Order: sequence, then structure tokens, then C-alpha cells
Amino acid sequence: MRLSARDLTLGYDQRPISEHLDLEIPDGRLTVIVGPNACGKSTLLRALARLLRPSAGQVVLDGEDIHAYPAKEVARRLGLLPQTSIAPDGITVADLVARGRHPHQKLLRQWSERDEAAVVNAMAATGVTDLSGRLVDTLSGGQRQRVWVAMVLAQETPIMLLDEPTTFLDIAHQIELLDLCLRLNREQRNTMVAVLHDLNQACRYADHIVAMKAGAVVAQGDPKAIVTAELIEDVFGLPCRIIDDPETNTPLVIPRSHHANRRNDVRQPLRR
Amino acid sequence: MVVAEGRPGVSAQRPAGLAAGDAGRSGVLLLLVAALAATCVLSVAAGTRTIALGTVWDAFAHFAGTEEHVIVRELRVPRTLLGLLAGAALGVSGAVLQAVTRNPLADTQILGMNAGAALFVVFAIGVLGLTGIWSYVWFAFAGVAFATVLVYALGSIGRGGATPLRLTLAGVALGAVMSGASAGIRLVKPRAFDYLRFWDVGTLAGRPAQIAVAVAPFVVLGLGLALAAARSLNAVALGDDLARTLGAGVVRTRVLSVLSVTLLTGAATAAVGPIGFVGLMVPHAVRRIVGPDQRWILAYTMICAPILLLGADIAGRMLIRPAELQAGIVTAFLGAPVLIWLIRRRAVSGR
Ligand SMILES: Nc1ncnc2c1ncn2[C@@H]1O[C@H](COP(=O)(O)OP(=O)(O)O)[C@@H](O)[C@H]1O
Ligand SMILES: [Mg+2]
Repeated sequence: MRLSARDLTLGYDQRPISEHLDLEIPDGRLTVIVGPNACGKSTLLRALARLLRPSAGQVVLDGEDIHAYPAKEVARRLGLLPQTSIAPDGITVADLVARGRHPHQKLLRQWSERDEAAVVNAMAATGVTDLSGRLVDTLSGGQRQRVWVAMVLAQETPIMLLDEPTTFLDIAHQIELLDLCLRLNREQRNTMVAVLHDLNQACRYADHIVAMKAGAVVAQGDPKAIVTAELIEDVFGLPCRIIDDPETNTPLVIPRSHHANRRNDVRQPLRR
Repeated sequence: MVVAEGRPGVSAQRPAGLAAGDAGRSGVLLLLVAALAATCVLSVAAGTRTIALGTVWDAFAHFAGTEEHVIVRELRVPRTLLGLLAGAALGVSGAVLQAVTRNPLADTQILGMNAGAALFVVFAIGVLGLTGIWSYVWFAFAGVAFATVLVYALGSIGRGGATPLRLTLAGVALGAVMSGASAGIRLVKPRAFDYLRFWDVGTLAGRPAQIAVAVAPFVVLGLGLALAAARSLNAVALGDDLARTLGAGVVRTRVLSVLSVTLLTGAATAAVGPIGFVGLMVPHAVRRIVGPDQRWILAYTMICAPILLLGADIAGRMLIRPAELQAGIVTAFLGAPVLIWLIRRRAVSGR
């Protein structure tokens, strides 16, 4: 297990968000974290990425406390796409992706062919090669999100943490991005952790799903084994039915309808 | 597709928009260095009394003690050197401040740092009676540090912390108060008045020759610190979280930047008085040419800012001959419209 959390207590200004949290991120797998808004998913990701120092417990990376490493060493092993990011004014797509090479550059040898190859590959993988000369400010939300993912890809870390990478994307681009994550995971054996809101996508793509509620991990494991109507109701407070996804045989979450008994009213076509 | 020469292995697939024009940017930088050299020559030759280039040459090669030779060696050359150092210091401190605060309108003058340095120097000269640059340059550094802490503290009061807008307002307000205090000291200490005249608006004129020599080490150190922080500043531009996950030391970068700005602003203000707008205008103009890479922004600013300051000084000498307009007034005349234009342009482009 390259990345794990042991007995973590996380919080901001003494206000605890998570207490005594244990988590093991399976190597070479795609792990998806789900949970309601403000339950502490981003907080956990930030702790796993060394951005937040736990008030107790530790995050262990390759057998050592993550805070024992130099920052650059962590940056060569683990990359994070935060939930929101700022692009500098007037930066081109290619230049932004190139900033992902920071941990691989040295003071004297600043830009190598390996850096360039990483940037080219990352842009090709995310489908932004055609945008490479464009200013990031002029892109749509979805294009911009793919550029940010490309930047993290260019970092070429064996572990990647993505906080809500699909949020600004339309459905086709969501699937495309998740396919990309899966491909990177399958082909390069990357360890991926993504926070997703769409439970059905989570069930489809995750090898390992982690359900969080109020800062705690409520359940984790193979989505087929753990995603049940009881779990979803417990975590999200949403009554639902679970059926088999006809495409993938993974769990498909169907929320119960409040209008089920009034279906005829709702379905009635508008009179002109 | 931009094809970069000298990189045959990758040129075929080199993506457009990738900080490619390194060759192009180095070329333009060389041209600017040449322009700076020409400006320096002009600054030595031009003035109330125009001195032929041949005479300038003789002043060094065959010094004969003529009046013109003395003007060149005792007045014009130190003045030019001062412009070089102060220009680079003012420009680069503005560029570093804009980068580290991620605020394109940050400037040592707007954040009250020049006024802080000026107030402390005026206090040292007017009240304590210190006159040597070696004694009051330390007051300039202390003044910048004082203003930085005060502006930051005032800007962070209340909920929401130190936003760029709050810091700007705090800087402008405190700057005005400190400038007022400087003016007060000058009025009640008429003996020091003469010495302090140039603290109203900065000028390169009439400064003792040893001043450039005295501030040079501080300027060089400040520029070095800025360059050392440049690459991390590129990462910090993406936000603190991303900067840290990219392995950049955010705190270290901030400390380096603040040290650099303190040294540069303190040294420049001690040497030439409070000169505004150079640190605001030059990094802005430069960013439009080289894009958002701080390494290039700093390198270009280091060359372009002295061109602007020396240019303003030369213009001030020529415009109302035989009298002189202080360089600080000329940069303000140039800077105010540029500032308005910048703000309007940003408003129009919706950012
Ligand atoms: N920087 C911060 N300072 C204080 N509280 C924070 C901060 N970031 C998040 N929180 C709080 O921590 C809780 C968990 O937030 P977060 O981890 O962002 O949730 P999620 O990502 O699951 O939506 C929320 O109540 C949020 O308000
Ligand atoms: Mg979140």
C-alpha cells in the first residue's frame, strides 16, 4: 500500500472535520470517493496530498510519514488537481500544462526533452492539443478543466488525486474524462483517487469506492458489494432503488420519486 | 505550429503556445540591452549643456580636467549609474510584488512602501541629523518593513483577510498619511529642508556620487533574490495549493520575495527619493510582450525599467531647459494615463 491514512484527525482552526479516520488507497486501482457536500472529501484529499497537516495521526506515503519528505519528492510521486484553480492572466494552454513539470526541473537544467514529451503526451491524452496555443482565459469551462487535468498528467506522478474533475463537463466529456482516468490506470498502473458526485459513474468506474459522511468513512470496497439502497439512504438521506446497470452490470442508483403517486399530473402535456 | 530551431528531436511535434520563442525572447532581450546602453550614453551626453560624444570618450580616455570632462565624470556618470540601479530596483520590486500577491495592480508605491521608506529617511535626516547615505539607507529598509507590516495588518483586519482590494486601500491610505508626516517633518525642520527637497518627488539630479556605490550591493542582492524566487513564483501563480503539490515552497517564496522587495525599494528610495509608476508600468508592459513566465518578466523588467527611468530623467532635462523637471514628475505624467488605460482595458475585457 503506497498511500494510506492512519488514525487521522483533520480540521480547520481546532474545528474537527474528520476524527480517527483510517483509509488505505489500493495500489494501481481507481478509487472513487463519494459523499454529500461538505462531508470532508476535499479536506481528506488535501491531507493525503500533504497540503493539510493532521492534528493527530499520519498520512503514510511509501512507508514514511508524508510530512517527512521534502516537498519536491512528494511532488514527484503524488499529484493533486484541487477543486478550483486559478490560471495566471494571459497564459497559453501549453504553458499552463508545462507548469506541471515544476517538480522535475532543476535550477540549471530547466527544460528537457523529457519535459516536452510529457507536455505533448498530456495534451494528447486529454484532447487539448488543438487548443495548445489558445489563451486559457478564452476557453469554455469544460475545455479549461481538461487543460487542468493535462497539467496534473504532465507531472507524471504514479499517484494522482482528482477533486471533482468532472464538475464543469457535459455528459460526453465527463465520460471521456473518466475513460481517460481508467485508461491511465489500466495502461500505466497509476493509482488514481477521484471525488465524484455521480453515483452511477462512481459505480461504473471505481475499483474501490469510499463512501463518506460527516468526515467519517462509512463504507468502502467493491461497488458491487457495498452500494446498497440502505447505504445511499444513510449517506445521502436519499430513498432510492438499486438496479443493475444494463451496460456494465454495476449498481445503478434510481432515486425514489416524490411524484410517483401523482405521475399523471406531472406527465400531463401543457395545453396551449 | 511553432518550430523551434536547434531542437531537431522534438521540433516536429512541438505544440503551439509552448513557451517556445525562447530564441525570439532572448533576441529581443539583447536588443533591449542595446537600447539601454544607448540610453546610458544619451544620459551622459544630454542635458542643460550637451556634450559631444567624442568629449565624453575623452573624459575617460584622455582626462584633461576641462569643465566638460568634470561634468561627465563627476555629475553625469554617477547620475546615470544611479538611474540604472534605481530603475532596475523599482521595476523588479514591482514585478515581484505583483507576482507574489497575484495582483496585477500591486506596486510598492500603491502599497505604501515607498512612502514608508521616505518617511523613515526624512526622519533620519531631518530629526536625527544623519546625512550620510550609509546611515540612512538602513532607515529606508526599516521604513519599507514598517509600511509592509502596517499595510498588511490594516488590510487583514476583519473577516475575509487580506484581499487585494483591502491591501490596496490600506496601502493608499497609509501612504498618504506617511507622506503627510514626511511633509510635516520637512516644514518644522527648515535646516534640513534643502537637503530634503528631492523627497517631494524623486530625482536623479544633485545626488552625491558615492550614493550609487553605496546602494549598489543592496540592489544587486535584491535582484539576485528576485531571480532566485522566479521559478517558484511561476508555481505560486497557480494558487497556494497547486504550488505546494508541485513542490514549490510557498512560504520560502514569500519570504524571498518580501526580502527582495524590501531591499530594492529601500535602496531605490534612499538613493533617489520616492519615484512612482515605474514598478507598476514596466512589468505590465513586459507581460504583454513575454507572457506570464516570471523568469522572462523579471529579466525584461530589469532592462526596461532603467530605460524608462533614465528616459524620464533625460526628458526632464531637455523639456524645460535650462531648468530641470524631476524624473519622478515625468514618470507620474507618463504613468497616470497608462494606469487609467490599464484599468479600462481590464474592465473592457471583463477581468
Ligand atoms: N479552508 C477552510 N477553513 C475552514 N473550514 C473549511 C475550509 N475548507 C473547508 N472547510 C469546512 O470543512 C468542511 C468540509 O469541507 P470539504 O472538505 O471541502 O467538503 P467536501 O469536499 O466534501 O464538499 C465544510 O464544513 C467546510 O465548510
Ligand atoms: Mg470538495
